[in-house]
Amino acid sequence: MYNPQLNKAGELIHLLSIEGLPQRILTQILDTAESFMEVSAREVKKVPLLRGKSVFNLFFENSTRTRTTFEIAAKRLSADVINLDINKSSTAKGETLLDTIDNLCAMHANLFVVRHASSGAPYLIAEHLQRIGRDDVHVVNAGDGRHAHPTQGLLDMYTIRHYKKDFSQLRVAIVGDILHSRVARSDIHALTTLGVPEVRAIGPETLLPKYMDKLGVHVFHDMEEGLRDCDVVIMLRLQNERMTGALLPSAGEYFRHYGLTPQKLARAKPDAIVMHPGPMNRGVEIHSAVADGPQAVILPQVTFGIAVRMAVMSIVAGN
Amino acid sequence: MSQHPDALPDAEAQCRQLADLIRPQLHKKPALVGIFSGGAWIAERLRELLDLPEEIGMIDVSFYRDDFAEKGLHPQCRPTVIPFDVEGRHLILVDDVLYTGRTTRAAINELFDYGRPAAVELAVLADRGGRELPVASTYGIWEVTLSEAQNLVLDRNANGQLAWRLENV
Repeated sequence: MYNPQLNKAGELIHLLSIEGLPQRILTQILDTAESFMEVSAREVKKVPLLRGKSVFNLFFENSTRTRTTFEIAAKRLSADVINLDINKSSTAKGETLLDTIDNLCAMHANLFVVRHASSGAPYLIAEHLQRIGRDDVHVVNAGDGRHAHPTQGLLDMYTIRHYKKDFSQLRVAIVGDILHSRVARSDIHALTTLGVPEVRAIGPETLLPKYMDKLGVHVFHDMEEGLRDCDVVIMLRLQNERMTGALLPSAGEYFRHYGLTPQKLARAKPDAIVMHPGPMNRGVEIHSAVADGPQAVILPQVTFGIAVRMAVMSIVAGN
Repeated sequence: MSQHPDALPDAEAQCRQLADLIRPQLHKKPALVGIFSGGAWIAERLRELLDLPEEIGMIDVSFYRDDFAEKGLHPQCRPTVIPFDVEGRHLILVDDVLYTGRTTRAAINELFDYGRPAAVELAVLADRGGRELPVASTYGIWEVTLSEAQNLVLDRNANGQLAWRLENV
């Protein structure tokens, strides 16, 4: 099957989605990230790999954290980073996405980090680059619509491997608004590809997609039941706009059923880790006692995220 | 086709010779840094032979190579580990084979990102000529002439013994 992310030799040239990537590529990224973890601990937190290359951050949708970690990652690889303020740029004046790309290519861009509210926008760019014969320009998806957020998925896998060593014995629960979550989708594909035997989805019926069992995921509407004996609990952010719609009654009611409290967490294994992609809504999806508790690995996730993004950018830029 | 290992010198004996060359310099309190993978094995062996108390450093130069643009990132890079403070230290960089000098250049660049060492010396088991940079070893045991189509590879067997192998590329 044609996969625009891989070249003819099967090497990663763009990172668009975890879906369709073989296990060896995911493992290569995680292994490489391990080497980059050490770079961030040095006196000089920089390696010369992407010296002279230009990385363009194209964030058509707001995100401070993801954009910043991509920026730090690119700078630690010695690349030049250009952050485009899309809202004030030509797009606001009516330029199409692909015209923007052509113009940036004419400025000798080497790598685009793209966040877009429309699912598939990074694919559109990657296919356009192939059509115009620019195999020296690479695309990394930093989140597209409800579709995928592959670097978040990979940093979640890095976190799990760091604390649990081996994927083959794990029970992993993903809790919350899975319907609207690109993080959940990327996590599910990554967990399955890496051989996690049991993935659970926990949430209200209105926030769980209908196709979960096709992905091999076990669905739970009762959180205490769903968390039982889990090794890893991935909490998702509840977006405020869901409250105003008809999907949920209120934040308080949601917290009562699906907020992670110390009592509910006690159902999971005693050494279970708690993850969250951020930003957290304390008192909505997670209790402060859990967020600040000994089982939370939410801040290490952020640190691992930089190493994972360094790995992804250096692998695609080298192929 | 690879040549029978008996035709090649004994790498373990060469390690002992290398240790003898370094021993008079121990008053400088050198720290060893082995380049993955062969150099790290040799550095480990030198540490035993010289009875050094300190852990060795291990360096993977993948992030500092000059052929990234042509070859991309090596698919199996390992974390560099420097378990001591480089600042002001006397360092001995250890590699199995000295050839073009490009790996040595990359390793020196990487070491300087940890701090400013007092000195960096280079210890190698084999020198096959063919330098493309002004690099020379401080301690060397074996000068060998090979054709460009040949590669000299250091292996470590299940018992931890080091041995040379020739392979055709």
